[in-house]
Amino acid sequence: MIPSAFDYAAPATVEEALGLLSKAAADGNDVKVLAGGQSLIPVMKLRMADPSLVVDLGRIGGLSGVTDNGNSLVIGAMTPHHVMATDPLVAQHLPLLQQAAATVADPQVRHRGTFGGALVHADPAGDMPAPVLATGATFVLAGPGGERRVDAADFFQGYFTTAVEEGEILTSIEVPKYTGWGSHYEKFTRVAQQWSIVAVAALVRVEGGGIAEARIGLTNMASTPLRATGVEAALAGAPLTVEAITAACSHAGEGTEPASDLNGDAGYRKHLAQVLATRAVLAAVGL
Amino acid sequence: MPSSKSISVDVDGVTYTDDVEPRLLLVQYLRERLGKTGTLIGCDTTNCGACTVHLDGVSVKSCTMFAVQADGHQVTTIEGLAQDGKLAPMQEAFHQCHALQCGFCTPGMIMQSTSLLKENPHPTETEIREGLEGNLCRCTGYQNIVAAVKSVADGVEYGDSGVSVAESLVDGNAETAGVS
Repeated sequence: MIPSAFDYAAPATVEEALGLLSKAAADGNDVKVLAGGQSLIPVMKLRMADPSLVVDLGRIGGLSGVTDNGNSLVIGAMTPHHVMATDPLVAQHLPLLQQAAATVADPQVRHRGTFGGALVHADPAGDMPAPVLATGATFVLAGPGGERRVDAADFFQGYFTTAVEEGEILTSIEVPKYTGWGSHYEKFTRVAQQWSIVAVAALVRVEGGGIAEARIGLTNMASTPLRATGVEAALAGAPLTVEAITAACSHAGEGTEPASDLNGDAGYRKHLAQVLATRAVLAAVGL
Repeated sequence: MPSSKSISVDVDGVTYTDDVEPRLLLVQYLRERLGKTGTLIGCDTTNCGACTVHLDGVSVKSCTMFAVQADGHQVTTIEGLAQDGKLAPMQEAFHQCHALQCGFCTPGMIMQSTSLLKENPHPTETEIREGLEGNLCRCTGYQNIVAAVKSVADGVEYGDSGVSVAESLVDGNAETAGVS
């Protein structure tokens, strides 16, 4: 399958990229930003997208890599999933993101596909958005007016839609460290390399023999990733028992609006969310 | 009309400079421009892994990358693995373990298996199977593929067979027919 013809630009700096985006907008050109291309290129091959200009961020230095920023890790938008799955800083402070990144697609796709690209693509079945939402990360966007910071809670706005406006580029994501928290990403698929039918991301802080605090993200339970606030509230102060955790996780379907498709209807997904939330939290606390 | 771009790519140790349309996929460039038809197109949708090559030493699906993105980079295809007419260890292991049936997935399987062992030199069987999750064998001949990868990880030497690239193409079936 061959995409429609397009012009290609590979800027060397973010400023140059922003200039290309604003010029394209002024000229009325349909422009797409290319990160790792593991979603955009298939979509272009299927001709579900046929931009007249592709701006490739792959030649811009400094957009990839993980740096320690004290209480948070700053993750470059172009950091490949493979790096997320193997970086020692991510493993130490954000094992939830490490584990989720290792479940994305397959090794070849993880070598090319990027953390920031997956977040801006915002596929409801993608594996990175829900864990990032659970962490309460901050998204750093570069645009014609300078830098803009967006909370994770405001970033995901709808089906394949984020707070990134036309002419803006996601440059990095600042993720608070969850060092010492229990965590687990529980993904349900029928076959290897499949998108999540449903998945649950759990961050749990245990204190004094009970659960002090929990942050739970849901993948593919609506057009955007969701926080399972009912589960989080029920887990706060709960004892470390299978019964208490199972009861708390029975709230996982509340407030969700999952799609119905060939992999399962909405009711099935709501049931899955409860089962997977229970498994995720039990694994996170080591039960 | 979109303009073509000049690219310079090292493929299997040779530097090629070409004008390409931006929409030309890397796999098309390798097959149609360079004649490297050892890299196959299976699904053309990022699923099957038949088109796997190495970009700067790591495995990628060449159907999901534009040739312009490879400008200035190093690409290794299945045709670049053998050295001085001798099969690479992974190729030799696939040959000796009869790790193929129809053979269509084989180039991609060998490229991904080679990349896998570079990242994890001593994988468990589960890690091998998960490491090959992006490569489909529709003959479902996975058992011997996993055995071949394991044998390379375990350091099994097949050197005594002395099979050359050319001989393996001619005698492959005869040699392996005796293995049961």
